[in-house]
Amino acid sequence: MATVSAPKQVSVKEDAEALRKACQGWGTDEKAIIAVLGHRNAAQRRQIRHVYEEIYQEDLIKRLESELSGHFEKAVYRWILDPPDRDAVLANVELKKSGNKHHVIVEISCTKNPEELLAIRRAYHARYKRSLEEEVAYHTKGDTRRLLVALVSAFRYYGEEINTTLAKSEAKKLHEAIKDKKFGNEDVIRILSTRSIAQLLATFNCYREQEGTSITKNLPKDSSDEYIAMLRMAVRCLKDPKKYFEKVLRRSIEGIGTDEDALTRVIVTRAEKDLKEIKELYHKRNNVPLDKAVDKETSGDYKDMLLTLLGNEV
Amino acid sequence: MALPVDVEALDKAFSGIGVDEKSLISILTNSNEHKRSLRKGSSKLFIEDENGFERWDQSSIKILKHQFNRFRDAVVLSLLHPWERDARLIEKAIRKGPKHYNVIVEMACTRSSDQLLGARKAYHSLFHHSIEEHLTHIKGRERKLLVALVSAYRYEGTGVNEDVAKSEAQILYEAINNGDKNKLLDHEDAIMILASRSKQHLQALYRHYNQSYDKTLAQDLEGEGILKDTVECLCTPQTYFTRVLEAAVKEDADEESKRALTRVIVTQKEQLVKEGFVPNKIQDILLGLYKDFMLASIASGDIK
Repeated sequence: MATVSAPKQVSVKEDAEALRKACQGWGTDEKAIIAVLGHRNAAQRRQIRHVYEEIYQEDLIKRLESELSGHFEKAVYRWILDPPDRDAVLANVELKKSGNKHHVIVEISCTKNPEELLAIRRAYHARYKRSLEEEVAYHTKGDTRRLLVALVSAFRYYGEEINTTLAKSEAKKLHEAIKDKKFGNEDVIRILSTRSIAQLLATFNCYREQEGTSITKNLPKDSSDEYIAMLRMAVRCLKDPKKYFEKVLRRSIEGIGTDEDALTRVIVTRAEKDLKEIKELYHKRNNVPLDKAVDKETSGDYKDMLLTLLGNEV
Repeated sequence: MALPVDVEALDKAFSGIGVDEKSLISILTNSNEHKRSLRKGSSKLFIEDENGFERWDQSSIKILKHQFNRFRDAVVLSLLHPWERDARLIEKAIRKGPKHYNVIVEMACTRSSDQLLGARKAYHSLFHHSIEEHLTHIKGRERKLLVALVSAYRYEGTGVNEDVAKSEAQILYEAINNGDKNKLLDHEDAIMILASRSKQHLQALYRHYNQSYDKTLAQDLEGEGILKDTVECLCTPQTYFTRVLEAAVKEDADEESKRALTRVIVTQKEQLVKEGFVPNKIQDILLGLYKDFMLASIASGDIK
């Protein structure tokens, strides 16, 4: 369930005016921005952008980018975009980073349903004039490339049908590959990237029955091999996205410092989907509500934005 | 008595692609005596049985079945929604085996990104699996390429980075000429390029290849089966389709090649009309209602 509370009826014209007012003059009224945008769903935000452009002849996003800064600006920017566009931006940002870590790509391709992933690929075309798969192929190589391109290109069957015999045999194939440390083998990539979610879950269950332990536990944790880390992530995302997101949140908050990028990303991308359940998981796991942890670990307008998206009135 | 000209007409009615229904009606509605002497005269269709009758030749029954079904198949293919049509063609090709994989390449590479997507969606509805899943039934080395081609959602806008196109032309050149040609289907970079780049990009690559190496990429892939088909479908589709049509009307064309005629004309009629395709070579060999249908398709080719 969503945590963001957006009223059913809004006047997008008034919203546009309020945002304009918040950006005029000296300084910016961040609270007003949060008050409006933090309580609007994707469709409403889209309309506000449209109306704002009509009235004021400028792009609201560009205006906000120039007025705001820091983590707050990043959060608002990501929040105001249409969900598929947002994910396209997140993917692009990730690909342009140096190094072989492409966790966001795994996350995006494995926690979305087929139609959502498709919408992201379309948004990527529109924004970057290239396909997502060619970008991924260009920036990666070897096993990583094969896994990521396959995951990103998947258009899984959406049905609930399960073939138990197949699940058993593919669970075996997965186990053999893991046992022989052939993590990049064709079967592994093929199974993870082509089977429907229902079929995959059945396969993971068979794996557990056959081997007495879950497949995630069998994949080496904290491996220095980036590919294995991504593989493990893919399995976790496919198996239980909410649990995966809870962990990302927990990791982003615990320890010294906060990983604002990860924190923003999860809250912004899940606020309209299942952040409520993720919060519950977080509370159960950490004995402290997520809101309280965010309150403690972040500050200023950035904190207010996050708390608003989490469903609080600031 | 059946005149030799009637025997010849009977033979001719079945000797093209399609069936000359009108001719058959006029030949076969004569007396029983007439039919008897037709049978005696048609050594292709009937053989003299030792028990004193002219027996129908088994192998020609199958051929006739194909011939009579052509019109039906053309009607069905024309009527189906393009997504369902392409999904069914792909499914059949997967089932029938390696000789039919070029159909999968054709579907994946000559359709627009959204049409291919539509076919993938239709495939879900019809067969309760994704195309990629069914492709896992293929054990051969073509699988990687086919899965990649079918999963693509290519960018369709303009804007090609000529430098990248040139350097990727070189990658392909080296893969073909320096590496083991047998391993081409396993060459990851080559497959990535062919399966993920936009068609515009690949056409630029094709030009660079030609300029740099004095031969076309298609020429260099002569004999490489679906790799050549892939390149042709993506870069020079007219060449591919012309090749398929000409193969269908050759003297010794097999049934699959002939079926390709229906498929290409029905699915590509707008393109054929646009390119001013003149059906000279094929119209002589087409017969009957099937011929009318095919020629009318190309003539109208309703451009949307």
